[in-house]
Amino acid sequence: MNMIVTSASPSTANGATSMPNGTTRPQVRIVIVGHVDHGKSTLVGRLLHETGSLPEGKLEMLKAVSARRGMPFEWSFLLDALQTERDQGITIDTTQIRFRTNSRDIVLIDAPGHAEFLRNMITGASQADGAVLIIDALEGVRDQTRRHGYLLHLLGVKQVAVVVNKMDRVDFSAARFQEISDEISAHLNGLGVTPTAVIPISARDGDGVAMRTDRISWYKGPTVVEALDRLEPARPLEALALRLPVQAIYKFDDRRIVAGRIESGSLIAGDEIVIMPAGKIAKIKTVESWPVTPVAGRQGAGRSVGITLDRELFIERGDIIAHAGSAPRETRRLRARIFWLHNKPLAKGDQLLVRCGPKESRATVVAIEKAVDPGELSSSENKAIGRNHVGEIDISLSNPIATDPYTENPRTGRLVIEVSGRIAGGGLVLSVDAGQRAVPVDIVPVESALRPDERSARYRHNGAVVWLTGLPASGKSTLARALERRLFSNGGSPILLDGDTLRAGLNRDLGFSATDRSENIRRLAEVATHLARNGHIAIVAAVSPAREDRAAARRIADTAFREIHVATPAEVCEERDPKGHYKKARAGALASFTGIGNDYEAPQAAELVIDTSKRTVAEAADEIEQMLKASGVLFDEVVDLAANI
Amino acid sequence: MDHLDQLEAQSIYIFREAFARLKKIALLWSLGKDSNVMIWLARKAFFGRMPFPALHVDTGKKFPEMYRFRDHYGKEWDLDLRVEPCPPIDAVDPTLPPAARSAARKTEGLKMALAKYGFDGLIAGIRRDEEATRAKERVFSPRGLEGNWDVRDQPPEFWDHFNASPPQGAHLRIHPILHWTEADIWAYTKRENIPIIPLYLAKNGKRYRSLGDQDITNPVASNAASIEEILIELEQTKVPERSGRALDHETEDAFERLRVAGYL
Repeated sequence: MNMIVTSASPSTANGATSMPNGTTRPQVRIVIVGHVDHGKSTLVGRLLHETGSLPEGKLEMLKAVSARRGMPFEWSFLLDALQTERDQGITIDTTQIRFRTNSRDIVLIDAPGHAEFLRNMITGASQADGAVLIIDALEGVRDQTRRHGYLLHLLGVKQVAVVVNKMDRVDFSAARFQEISDEISAHLNGLGVTPTAVIPISARDGDGVAMRTDRISWYKGPTVVEALDRLEPARPLEALALRLPVQAIYKFDDRRIVAGRIESGSLIAGDEIVIMPAGKIAKIKTVESWPVTPVAGRQGAGRSVGITLDRELFIERGDIIAHAGSAPRETRRLRARIFWLHNKPLAKGDQLLVRCGPKESRATVVAIEKAVDPGELSSSENKAIGRNHVGEIDISLSNPIATDPYTENPRTGRLVIEVSGRIAGGGLVLSVDAGQRAVPVDIVPVESALRPDERSARYRHNGAVVWLTGLPASGKSTLARALERRLFSNGGSPILLDGDTLRAGLNRDLGFSATDRSENIRRLAEVATHLARNGHIAIVAAVSPAREDRAAARRIADTAFREIHVATPAEVCEERDPKGHYKKARAGALASFTGIGNDYEAPQAAELVIDTSKRTVAEAADEIEQMLKASGVLFDEVVDLAANI
Repeated sequence: MDHLDQLEAQSIYIFREAFARLKKIALLWSLGKDSNVMIWLARKAFFGRMPFPALHVDTGKKFPEMYRFRDHYGKEWDLDLRVEPCPPIDAVDPTLPPAARSAARKTEGLKMALAKYGFDGLIAGIRRDEEATRAKERVFSPRGLEGNWDVRDQPPEFWDHFNASPPQGAHLRIHPILHWTEADIWAYTKRENIPIIPLYLAKNGKRYRSLGDQDITNPVASNAASIEEILIELEQTKVPERSGRALDHETEDAFERLRVAGYL
């Protein structure tokens, strides 16, 4: 808000040391939460007045507006700066207001109490060092009161002061105050939150806000202003182990700079570091900066930095840099306590996008361990987590990520969940299932001398795994060869991996049992993914009948995976029968032959479906090329290249 | 880390997220104190040079000092400067009050520039403390296909996770200095020795606190002739920063109407 504040206390009058938000006064960010209509905006208006923080003429202007509208003046009008809000009579969004107490600069984040706007309450509260939970003395603890209490815990806000407002409406009854105080304290204690104070107030009249009036003479605790004065600003987490999540790798000149913000711990040039989840080791060569570079000295938590390393390793956005010996755990599975904001309830089997810092991974909900409405008194258990509810879930990740339980690191131990590109929930990492596929420590993978962007600049495409699945004789190999020729003619680097060809060598030890087929697919996927990571387009032609095996292949290749279902009708395939397999199978000479004996499980969400009985080979290759362009594998124009560097 | 270090680190984090997650971004350079701080922060984030264009949507009515500043520092800072004109005033909603209508020209100019370049992200130097509706902004703020802002349906944003997937054809506004105050801007400008347009400093008892178009921006009474004096003045004043901006005061909701339509 446009409120430039003067000092309410004489201690700040001496110019140089008392600059707004200067270094001498701690700044704390607080949020006021609670049930709708329990008096948040009134309290804020009153606080601004009591601390002398209102701009000149603002109060008079608002009184004039009220008169013009034929309404009695309300303190809450101060905040209802938006016309839309006044029309509805509810606060829509977080508004940030600044004022001062004797020893603190307070940034007050107003958060809406209306259940409809829980996402805005979370947006506001997530930035706060402390919170004021407001309760109407007449109405007592309500569902939004409990819900906000629960969310403060989930958001990691530990300093919570409770105010019992509208004491004038209950004749300043000490008994009523005690009743509410006991109820809310029990609720908060149950969440592991101890209120810093429980204060009886009348925001409208001013009792308990800045002064202990006669009407609350029975109360001996702090006023609201005094309680705010005792809040501590959040401290950077320098004492914890180093966590530097990588935001990007820049190569604007001859330096290759790994950029990110230190979330915890500290670093200095010369440190030996480990890059997770891959576990690669390097040394920090320099800490880069601008305008002066390199910088000497230790860089602590909260700093946005850039470092160079003593060797060229493949690092990508989302990796976490830590010190060897205190690295985060690598995992494909974790348990989280989350809040859910999406209209569609979160259920077992749901596919999501999970973000831990800059790292993102596709994920599947493998179990819902708990699902409750934190607003309800009796927590009835549900199977799915509804909108504005909370729960505990187990997530399986398609990419390994490096993370910490939130009890060990509150910065890296939290995640958000996205649905259709929009944040739908978030929460805390409770535990990490380490080493589902732990890499033995004595295996040290050797890095390529080339970087992916060097290769893509030459080939004009990114690496990919193009996976052709379909019945025998459906035309997979023919298509694969046509695509290979097409890509190669355009200067690309395609490599054909034919299922039968690999069975002649690499997979010679495998038969056709379900287990062997799975292993066959796994090896194909691993080889193809290795090629894709090195910038090639691996074209895999394999019947790969089991949906589960193909899903495993997709997990291995992850975002590089493009599945094409060659969906030529079975009769056409059998009629073609170039290798004579159908004939042999019909004669009973080829057991477990897919197409007759085993069931082929058709893909449900392939990137492309092609029926070769209805298209020429060239037309089919066109379609594949289009799909690869549309999905960012093949580059259309030169500008796209820049976006991929 | 002191207060300014913390602000700086947070802004750098936002710049790097925008650059990593969007395809084609530009920084809106209004030539004022805030956008000059933004350019400085961008150069810190990317180690010397801003790796995307600086877009100046030019009403043609800025102060001569501002144009001189643009031409000089555009070169000195090695900016990829794109100057885009605004349409004539007749093309703008005639129901708006005069100053707001004039400012709305800039919104139209912005839309034309968006259409021309196809940016999916625009970096803007607005701050929560300067105006009530700006206080409601997200750091990554989605705009509709018409460039409009839907204050009722803003996605949640927490723990520095930003919604960075604008729908096809729409764009995002990115606000790297949303959490700064006017005093922060001046304290940082002083600490980093960032050049400013001299109109901000008092001459004959008046100075500009905020710079817009010449015809709709007025100076405020002030004797602050240096940044140090500005900081002391801010410590004592209760006059809002945008008080010299005519468009904010024409009707109660003029500014909000502008913002919903896509104004900064």
